[in-house]
Amino acid sequence: MDFKLTEEQQMLQETAERLVRDVYDFESRKAFSESEAGFSTAFWQQLGELGLTAIPFSEELGGFGGTGVETMLIMEQLGKGICLEPYMESVILAGGLIGQLGSDAQKEELLGGIATGELQAAVALDELNSHYDLANVTTTASEQGGAWVLNGRKGVVIGGQTAGKILVSARTAGNNRDEQGISLFVIDPSAAGVSRRVYATVDGRKACELFLDNVKGELLGEAGNAYDAIRYQSGRAIAALCAEAVGAMRTACDLTLDYLKTRKQFGVPIGKFQVLQHRMVDMISELERATSMAILAACLADDEDSAERSAKLAAAKFVINRAGRYVAEQCIQLHGGIAMTWEYNGAHYAKRLVMISHQFGDDDHHLEAYAAQLSVA
Amino acid sequence: MEIHYSPEQLAFRDEVREFLKQELPADIAAKVKLGKHLHKADHERWQKILSKRGWYAPGWPVEHGGTTWGPIEKHIFDEESAAFGAPRLVPFGVNMVAPVIIKFGTEEQKAKYLPRILDGTDWWCQGYSEPGAGSDLASLKTRAVRDGDYYIVNGQKTWTTLGQHANWIFCLVRTDPEAQQQRGISFLLIDMATPGITVRPIITLDGDHEVNEVFFDDVKVPVENLVGEENKGWTCAKYLLTHERTGLAGIGASKAALTNLKRIASKQQKNGKPLIEDALFRSQIAEVEMSLMAAEMSTLRIVAAASEGGVPGSESSILKVQGTEIRQAITHLMRKALGPYALPFLPEELDLDFDGEMLVDDYAASPASQYFNMRKLSIFGGSNEIQKNIVSKMILEL
Repeated sequence: MDFKLTEEQQMLQETAERLVRDVYDFESRKAFSESEAGFSTAFWQQLGELGLTAIPFSEELGGFGGTGVETMLIMEQLGKGICLEPYMESVILAGGLIGQLGSDAQKEELLGGIATGELQAAVALDELNSHYDLANVTTTASEQGGAWVLNGRKGVVIGGQTAGKILVSARTAGNNRDEQGISLFVIDPSAAGVSRRVYATVDGRKACELFLDNVKGELLGEAGNAYDAIRYQSGRAIAALCAEAVGAMRTACDLTLDYLKTRKQFGVPIGKFQVLQHRMVDMISELERATSMAILAACLADDEDSAERSAKLAAAKFVINRAGRYVAEQCIQLHGGIAMTWEYNGAHYAKRLVMISHQFGDDDHHLEAYAAQLSVA
Repeated sequence: MEIHYSPEQLAFRDEVREFLKQELPADIAAKVKLGKHLHKADHERWQKILSKRGWYAPGWPVEHGGTTWGPIEKHIFDEESAAFGAPRLVPFGVNMVAPVIIKFGTEEQKAKYLPRILDGTDWWCQGYSEPGAGSDLASLKTRAVRDGDYYIVNGQKTWTTLGQHANWIFCLVRTDPEAQQQRGISFLLIDMATPGITVRPIITLDGDHEVNEVFFDDVKVPVENLVGEENKGWTCAKYLLTHERTGLAGIGASKAALTNLKRIASKQQKNGKPLIEDALFRSQIAEVEMSLMAAEMSTLRIVAAASEGGVPGSESSILKVQGTEIRQAITHLMRKALGPYALPFLPEELDLDFDGEMLVDDYAASPASQYFNMRKLSIFGGSNEIQKNIVSKMILEL
């Protein structure tokens, strides 16, 4: 048992930390968020140049063979800056899915680009009524004249507005909510029949609805057998989101603590009031809990698929959803009126923290999953 | 970063498990698992078994009868002991006064007291709290006045856990009434057989006799019983409190309690099926199990840092709060699991020697009592509010 970072891991952490600190001040973030891309394409390029987008990939693909721990170190720093780039979506999730399901040719074609950052990919799993259920897929794909043709609507595709490729889950057999019969396709967003409705998200990012009308897609892996890979890779996405949340919580706590020390009311810094001191300790306590679970998730993320891995990842996301909401709400509460404004940094951390709980399962979703597998010895 | 134990640590865990399987008396484990009362003789029997193996005082230096275990080994031992239903060691001698004597005591004191703790000759209790000094410990008033080779002690201590079994008490006493709060306090070892000491039971809300009041009326204590310097007793007290806090998360005990909760919920019925299959109740168990998982990871992080030479600091305060809240949540669910049968108050069924007919089952007598008893967890060892004050001051510098 050992929670220390290796020298290489420390260097990676420092690299990411420095990059985020240098680029992501409040005003710059605002400009990135309001840009057409919805994030900084220059920062994305830097992530590629510094090799951060290549970290999880194998050496033959130009990567570093990084594990969940390396992902955690990067995501935590991205969380500290509430960075807008679709790193998790492209590198961890799309990269992971292609790595697990793709043919050698597909890997060579797509993963090299994702690893350098030249290709930014997005993943479309959610639908209007799926509510975190990865098997709830009504978008269809059928084989027509030797090609797969997709029809349907996918929702809230983060990074879909700029993606060079989008991975889409679609049903090729079976009934809705069957795990069997789900397949994964790569589509080109500029292909005929694709239309996108792009919108901003509450936490300052951009996403799109994806409307597919007889769109040609390239099958990844075997037809009908993509569910397990989607579930497994979503577990890696969960671990990454947990780390991002920890980073955002840390900054939210720092901002709040700083405010308690500087804001004066009744002639004293408000941090002199015990009720606020204890609230701040409760925030730190939630952060500690979240940190522990993010570490657990990171250490399990790349393990072989198992019921234990799934259960612990569900537990991590549950604990972190709850902790994140607590820190977000108390960050706003302890700042008072100022945190109700668009111009205040802390408010944006609070928004990201709450929105993380809406990605890959809220606390109810994971509580239900964890309770279902509860061991009763 | 590695969250799993090393092969050596796993081998050590196997050794501990084998020892517990062979040596832990089944009747004692049964009492612990069912939350029944332990007699003094039960504690002493288990302590002798540990002593014989050399594992009674693992945290002591080897020359005094301790072990070479690091924090991880100690953690493994505590976890396994709790899982097997070993009684939690009565800490006052082995884990409280002994570390203070080892750190601040004279050679004579070490030679006199440590062997008697190790072989079970002495049963220690703690003389800290007073009627007017609870969370504000430094406001204590028990006076010790130097008179030749003796201190004359007058005053009252309270919440003295298992003081009814003790033959020694370590006390914080005021030796300089003029000095400010912490400065005039000394750390004194007192033989309970000294004339002038009266022990009176306090019956707690669950009907149990666990704590006592101890009265001192012109009690003559030899000056050689002073540990450390006169008026520097607060240093000993602070050292001891850090020691106390590290084990207070009680992860092992909570795991054992959770297993017991699941057992009760499997036997109790609701809507014609086991309560544990009720979605609402089951999700409450799941929730507390996930909190426990997080607290266990936090404990392991602290333990691993300690094994690298880090000193457990204020983060153990956070863990004390989390750990005690988890244990209390578990006892809350156990009580709820019984439905209306939480009401019958049958203290006699808590005695394992009870040979009458159980009203419900062996698991049903203790949950409600335990629930009320466990309210103490967030009060003792520095109340959870005091822990938050410590974090606020030490970590957050507010």
